[in-house]
Amino acid sequence: MLTASEKRIIREIQNDLPLCERPFLEIAERVGVTEEEVLQTVDSLLERGLMRRFGAAVRHQRVGYKANALVVWRAPEGRVEEVGLRVASFREVTHCYQREPLPGWPYNLYAMVHKHTQAECLEVIRQISKAIEIDDYLMLFSTRELKRASMLYFIED
Amino acid sequence: MQLDNTDRQLLNLIQKQIPVSSRPYAVIGAELGIDEAEVIARIKSLKESGIIRRIGGFFDSRKMGYAGTLCAMKVPEARIEEVAGIINGYYQVTHNYIRDHGYNLWFTVLAPSPEQRNQIIEEIKGRTGIGDLMSLPAKRLFKISVKFDVSEVDHADRK
Repeated sequence: MLTASEKRIIREIQNDLPLCERPFLEIAERVGVTEEEVLQTVDSLLERGLMRRFGAAVRHQRVGYKANALVVWRAPEGRVEEVGLRVASFREVTHCYQREPLPGWPYNLYAMVHKHTQAECLEVIRQISKAIEIDDYLMLFSTRELKRASMLYFIED
Repeated sequence: MQLDNTDRQLLNLIQKQIPVSSRPYAVIGAELGIDEAEVIARIKSLKESGIIRRIGGFFDSRKMGYAGTLCAMKVPEARIEEVAGIINGYYQVTHNYIRDHGYNLWFTVLAPSPEQRNQIIEEIKGRTGIGDLMSLPAKRLFKISVKFDVSEVDHADRK
């Protein structure tokens, strides 16, 4: 699926893009390919959907998004798709997943809500709950971030 | 760090995409009406002040063939630091948050195969002695869009 050269390039672009006039050339020199090949690989990874985005990640707390809640909903089995798409349509929802419930843990739809304050999060969650007509949910507010990092792929190959 | 309007435009722009071209910072500069050197200098200071975490590729772990999960664990308050130290030691753990619930530690595990992922979870249980851990792998992804609009001036920069 991925060539050896693509994996070498991924190992570079999963780190930080160099801050120089020709950052892709610098990566190319490290990997031992041409700048053109690096650019083509990045484009190709985006086109194939292996890479969701090539850009910047900000620390959300540092740009004012101080509050985040993981909201877990109990969606009726037959409504998961409809509800999931509706929840995902809210701008404040950054992640939305269906997960299997476990014994004693009946929740099957998970959404991350980011806002500036906890009160704003509560308001958005109230609106979502109203929109999907589901009252059975838990709000898990984050009180501390212990780790936030990017995955390192293919480092053991 | 105080963000000016250009910083805000720059942050909104580069969260969407860094141009895949030989001189990406020049392309961004042309769009914002500043020169390449200024783009580089501004990004450098946004990184140094901790606002930008990273610039690069963000991958679809599933399409990359990796197996992930979200774990929730019940950790006694007094052991949070110690247990977090063990968990955070795995590079396969990329997110770890304390949340206000009985399941108070929420972290993600991502590995090249479900077996390796599950092995890490078992190791964490063994090393911490905490068995009350739920592994909640995703069945379906509805959305992932981790971009933050920084246009709203009022709330930024509050420490």
